[in-house]
Amino acid sequence: MTIDVTPQVRVNDFAIKLANVNGTGSASANGLIMQAIFRMGIPVSGKNLFPSNIQGLPTWYEIRVNAQGHTARATEYDLMVAMNGQTYRDDIEAVRSGGYVLYDSSWPLDADLARDDVTFLGAPYASMCLEAFAKPRERILMKNIAYAGSIVALLGIDLELVRGLLAETFSRNPALRDSNELALRLGYDYTTANVACPLPFRVAPMDATTDSILIDGNTATALGALWAGATVSGWYPITPATGVMDNFTKLCATYRRHTEPASEPGGEPTVVNDYAIIQAEDEIAAIGIVLGAGWSGARSFTSTSGPGISLMNELLGLAYYTEIPAVIVDVQRTGPSTGMPTRTQQADLMLCAYASHGDTRHILTFPANPAECFEFMVRSFDLAEHFQTPVMMLSDLDIGMNDWVVPAFTWDDNFVPDRGPVLSNEDLAQMKEFFRYSNPNADFVTARTVPGSAEKGAYFIRGSGHDKLGHYTEDPDKYLEVVDRLKRKHAAAAAHVPAPIIETRPGAEVGLITLGSCDLAVREAVDLLGQAGIAADYLRVRGFPFADAVADFVRAHPHTFVIEQNRDAQLRSMISIETGLPILSMRPILAYGGFPLSAEHVVTAVREELEN
Amino acid sequence: MPSIVKPLIPLAPLARNDLGLTIRDYEGAMSTLCAGCGHDSITAAITHALWELSTPPHMIAKLSGIGCSSKTPTYFVRGAHGFNSAHGRMAAIATGAAAANRELTYIGVSGDGDSLSIGLGHLAHAIRRAVKMVYIIENNGVYGLTKGQLSASADVGTRPKKGETNVVAPIDPILLGLSLGATFLARSFSGDKEQLIPILKAAVAHNGLALIDVISPCVTFNDHEGSTKSYRFMREHEVKEVVADFIPEREEISARLSGGGRRSVTMHDGSVITFRSVPEGYDPTDRMAVEAYVREHQSAGEVVTGLLYLDETKPSMHQVNHTPPSALNRLTFDTVCPGSAALAELMADFR
Repeated sequence: MTIDVTPQVRVNDFAIKLANVNGTGSASANGLIMQAIFRMGIPVSGKNLFPSNIQGLPTWYEIRVNAQGHTARATEYDLMVAMNGQTYRDDIEAVRSGGYVLYDSSWPLDADLARDDVTFLGAPYASMCLEAFAKPRERILMKNIAYAGSIVALLGIDLELVRGLLAETFSRNPALRDSNELALRLGYDYTTANVACPLPFRVAPMDATTDSILIDGNTATALGALWAGATVSGWYPITPATGVMDNFTKLCATYRRHTEPASEPGGEPTVVNDYAIIQAEDEIAAIGIVLGAGWSGARSFTSTSGPGISLMNELLGLAYYTEIPAVIVDVQRTGPSTGMPTRTQQADLMLCAYASHGDTRHILTFPANPAECFEFMVRSFDLAEHFQTPVMMLSDLDIGMNDWVVPAFTWDDNFVPDRGPVLSNEDLAQMKEFFRYSNPNADFVTARTVPGSAEKGAYFIRGSGHDKLGHYTEDPDKYLEVVDRLKRKHAAAAAHVPAPIIETRPGAEVGLITLGSCDLAVREAVDLLGQAGIAADYLRVRGFPFADAVADFVRAHPHTFVIEQNRDAQLRSMISIETGLPILSMRPILAYGGFPLSAEHVVTAVREELEN
Repeated sequence: MPSIVKPLIPLAPLARNDLGLTIRDYEGAMSTLCAGCGHDSITAAITHALWELSTPPHMIAKLSGIGCSSKTPTYFVRGAHGFNSAHGRMAAIATGAAAANRELTYIGVSGDGDSLSIGLGHLAHAIRRAVKMVYIIENNGVYGLTKGQLSASADVGTRPKKGETNVVAPIDPILLGLSLGATFLARSFSGDKEQLIPILKAAVAHNGLALIDVISPCVTFNDHEGSTKSYRFMREHEVKEVVADFIPEREEISARLSGGGRRSVTMHDGSVITFRSVPEGYDPTDRMAVEAYVREHQSAGEVVTGLLYLDETKPSMHQVNHTPPSALNRLTFDTVCPGSAALAELMADFR
């Protein structure tokens, strides 16, 4: 065997994995590395693969750097930062041949963990921190910043930039800033003194992220709700959706709170919140609160995950049948049942599309990243009020809880929200009589009134059978008139939901259909397949009901694959159900183990299928 | 069952309230409940109370869940905005509606099945949150629409028309409310409009959730020998000692003065409730005393009625949340959307 002593240098194209113990403060060190690479203008992703646990269990963080923007989850790691003795064996095995392992050499590695095709880089983080710091808590926490210092050296990250980030983070706490700086230098100096830095894979500054931000989907969703003008929310805590309402609460306190001067001399000024965020007793109450507020004409929303949608089913049917606007964010996690709450999946598609008993169908939006979470959240409120129905935005844990590099959000001050047909008292005065479910518009939507409208606009909203006048009925024809209009109304939404993204290549016979967070992996797969001589077209579904383009795309390709993150190929089923296309005209490619999709998974599956 | 439009029969000139409206203007569709149903008497009391208060019909939101009681909002104030929701969920929906628009008078009508079984959690938390609304439990001890199964309010020893005698302890909404921090707790009897109307009026004025448990016999399934929710049982076992008079804020101040042995509580909106015939040692603002009193009579097989507990000092949901004095749903988009400049500035935090 010959050993290549001049390994090829790879710039801005590598992946590292960091293995830690949950609850030891590693998240800030790992985020620091990712943020530094982002600030150097390089496309990067960071994925937190964490346990459903507060402290003590293994947790991993993966960073992928790719100049072309291929930052879906990598399956090969060039560097493993192995800081968890519990998982040494698996972590060391996970490094690619020719890769590196960074570990804490305060304790010797077991001899049987050795691999001769990887390079072990030890640094005595625990011993160094024991010496440098007096407080027990700091001795543990600072080990993380110390290994970050080593990574800065190994990857060629700009040290001054990292120091600047620490100074920003700890601008109000100089003592903590100094401790972090010291720890950073401990790792950096030790590694530069003992290892030829940087390694053959490294970063070099680019200008690909200048107009971008680093943001997670849950924060972006909260921003969307705020800018869309949501004033009431009801919610119940659930992983991985809690961040939506945590952020909405924080943002509201900044942008929607003002202080009124005291009404009488010597009195206290009063705080006024232009919002009401209600932590409910369960998800049933959360959606109930949203419906009450939506009925009353306020923009209202809730955020939850699959188990919450299960509980909301009853009232989603009520909202559908009584035609009340509502926005529901489903940050999907791995099911069924409690499933794996800290792992990702796209397995709530059918649950949401057809939620509740009886004939029901809902409008869905499928964001692929935080930028679309912001954009689609605003769109979802417009859709909900335009069509007077619940709209569910299906994010997932990967989008919601990981930081993504996306273009900075912008806002058009000329934006006018679509509030749908709502009658004012002046409108009512012009009318002879008002009936809630009569006179549909071109989208089969009928004008509503909100409580507090003049008496002429008063009506009795009911989940029981009703006719187009809004009156109770058990008459088949009168019942059918309403539910058939609801079906037409839903179909009309196809032209209003976000349109699919379609990218074609000349002569492509392979068509890849996907949705949501599969986006980056599937795009990368299109490139990799192209390099292998397989031209593939790409379609990403962004809303339900489906645009006609989806069926056209399936018909146009002899080999159509539907790529999604669930076991039962739900998107494929829905396309077949809704378009009438034979289900076997589409082949499923599925990843549903709980980790984000990789391009490799898609490429391998497409090639195997084509060879069969 | 269909709603039937009530024929408007012109009678002798009817009295008019401050808005110039007659009692007819506060009525709704004809009831489709069984003849003699206690619920219809409650409907009549609600109609009277809202007429007497001169609440503009369009400023009333009436909400209910599912069950016989929940059908009744169609039978009063046809000019009000109504929401017949899902079984047990009325409190949650009312919470959201009240959050969005604090300017309306919210009347929630529910039953013992709706509120004490499937919707118990929502009721409990609406009480805790102090949603400003009137919450009426039309309590008959049975599920009427599904033909007479016992509910969670059925007393031990109650014999249903069919099946075994109940041995499971009941949930008492008054004792429940006391433990949850309720601020307005009343119990009445559907057959007693004299008592129920002032309680309803006081409930509307209350700054928080006003819970009224109204024993309302089910003539079809629970009005027989062995029932503790029958007309006969109530007439024999009711202890009507806690009598309250409600004096609206706009009435002359002299009317507010209370004489010896009476006790008055000024409500948030300036109205006054005067308790008279209050038993020796009974303080309707003392949680512990009220609980002891209710329990003592209960163990003697008696049902105490009246405005049993009142606390006007606690903040309502809107005060806790510091929402603006006018309705959230009337805020303009310009007020609630921070706009492009604020977004551009915020983006720097995500670099």
